[in-house]
Amino acid sequence: MIRYVLGRCGQALITIVAVSIIVFIILHLLPGGLVRAQLGQKASPIQVHALEVQEGLLRPLPIQYLTWAWNALRGNFGYSYKLSENVSTLLAQYVPRTFFLVAISLLFAVALAIPMGLWQGYRRNKPDDHTLSGTMLIMYSMPTFLLGVVLIVVLNIWLPIFPSTASNFGGSLTVDATDLALPIITLCLANVSYFSRYMRSAVIDNLLEDYVRTARSKGARNRTILLRHVLRNSLNSTLTLLGLSLPYTVSGSLIVEALFNYPGAGLLFWNSAQTRDFPVLLGIVLVIAVMTVLGNLIVDILYGVIDPRVRVR
Amino acid sequence: MTTTQTDRTTVDVVETDHRVGALRVALRTFVANKLAVGSLVILILIILFCFLGPFVYHTNQTSAQLLLENQPPSPQHILGTSPAGRDELGRLMLGGQSTIELGLAVGLLASTFGLIWGTVSGFVGGFVDSVMMRIVDALLSIPFLFFVILLASIVRPTLWLIILVISGVSWLSTARLVRGETLSLKTRDYVIAAAGFGTPRWRLIARHIVPNVLGVLVVNGTLKVADAILTFAALGYLGLSIPPPATNWGEILAGGVNNIFDGYWWQLWPAAVLIVLTVLAVNVLGDALRDVVEARLSQR
Repeated sequence: MIRYVLGRCGQALITIVAVSIIVFIILHLLPGGLVRAQLGQKASPIQVHALEVQEGLLRPLPIQYLTWAWNALRGNFGYSYKLSENVSTLLAQYVPRTFFLVAISLLFAVALAIPMGLWQGYRRNKPDDHTLSGTMLIMYSMPTFLLGVVLIVVLNIWLPIFPSTASNFGGSLTVDATDLALPIITLCLANVSYFSRYMRSAVIDNLLEDYVRTARSKGARNRTILLRHVLRNSLNSTLTLLGLSLPYTVSGSLIVEALFNYPGAGLLFWNSAQTRDFPVLLGIVLVIAVMTVLGNLIVDILYGVIDPRVRVR
Repeated sequence: MTTTQTDRTTVDVVETDHRVGALRVALRTFVANKLAVGSLVILILIILFCFLGPFVYHTNQTSAQLLLENQPPSPQHILGTSPAGRDELGRLMLGGQSTIELGLAVGLLASTFGLIWGTVSGFVGGFVDSVMMRIVDALLSIPFLFFVILLASIVRPTLWLIILVISGVSWLSTARLVRGETLSLKTRDYVIAAAGFGTPRWRLIARHIVPNVLGVLVVNGTLKVADAILTFAALGYLGLSIPPPATNWGEILAGGVNNIFDGYWWQLWPAAVLIVLTVLAVNVLGDALRDVVEARLSQR
């Protein structure tokens, strides 16, 4: 087990280094370089040169990379001239909100998708399975923002239950709960369709396994077979999917944040893209990528705990 | 001489017979799936609507007419007008063209690049494989929309650049899939036998690996078309796609979303239905193709 965990940690570390190199390369692909991006096209050559010296941009690339990576490690992601704020301060303010939104939505999505997939796999090809599969496929084929818009129309315009914006987030707990309802429901539904599909096919595959026949011949009831045997074995594949879906969910979060004006890292990223605020953009990409890698690492380790077969591979 | 010739012809007949058999099985599996046939028909209708529609239904899509903005449906404008006063029905056709072109181009580009990357990585193995796969892992761990927006904010968007940007994210999972297939294919007896004859590597890949990956690749590519259309719509909604007067369904939808509290339903729901219908049809088609590929594999 220790060897498995260490191996996965090593792999995650390599991936994080690779991500940082990619971000660094993008930094240097910017037309005119980072300095032009910060000072604008009208800056004089002298100003450009002064900032280049100040930021150490005239030194060899590997050394620049190491200084940049060392600074990033210590939480120094540079300065946003557009927002007049340290990028790390902005990150500390906005990223936890996105983390919160993503985590809660995923939790709800899993809690909904697992019983649903179990039921659908058990009732395979019956009318209720077809209805659910059809609904899920339609949701799966909707752009996330359209899903949000449909929810706004139904739960805000037709039935005025929830507010259509979450821009007041952080006021108080009661305000937050109603404000967050629509963003969370949207992001959750966007994922349910994805998980329940896989859960259903995992359940169908597991129901054909020998151990189910054995349990049945021992006289176990349907409910026991489903809940004690099939559920645990089907959970494994859904758990892997949870890790793989992280980047997808965080992308969905950006859309949801933009739609509902939820002040998270996604909204900050979108606003910064419009003002071409590259220090902020690259800081967010780096932090979110590292969080995704860590999330995947946790899922993989959990996977090893639940399913002993994985550790041997 | 004559005997060898007759031998050859019999072999030929058997071969073509076998191929026709496989194709027929594939076609039968597909046609038996009523939902898939329906999806194909819907897709063809949508493509005809977008590409032939403008020849029948003439509209002015180049200039904004601010006097005509946000008009409800009328005999002159069957689906009303957009926030900039353009005819919505004509706009849906125009937006559909770029959306469908983008979907197909991304599916094709991502599949091609993913196929090359995956087969090389899986077949060569060792250190090269590790490096190639860590690159894929790293890129996959950056949430794709963040990556696409970052790239789209660096380059000035044209349709072709957006196709490249979305393909640049889309090929990653394809490469992973193809690598997995290649790893299992290269240990098959016939590949080892061919390698034993001294067949060069590129020929092993081209003749023995690639044809056997194609089935899975086509299924994956079809689903990529659906994903690409969704990503394009998201970019359109975020205002990061091609500048007007060019348009796409996502951007039309965005216009409708902005006016959602004014009750301009004609700006929102027709585009929404078109987009969901197209993506749904492509997804159903992809699932059906998967059944066809699996039926072919079980035939062997």
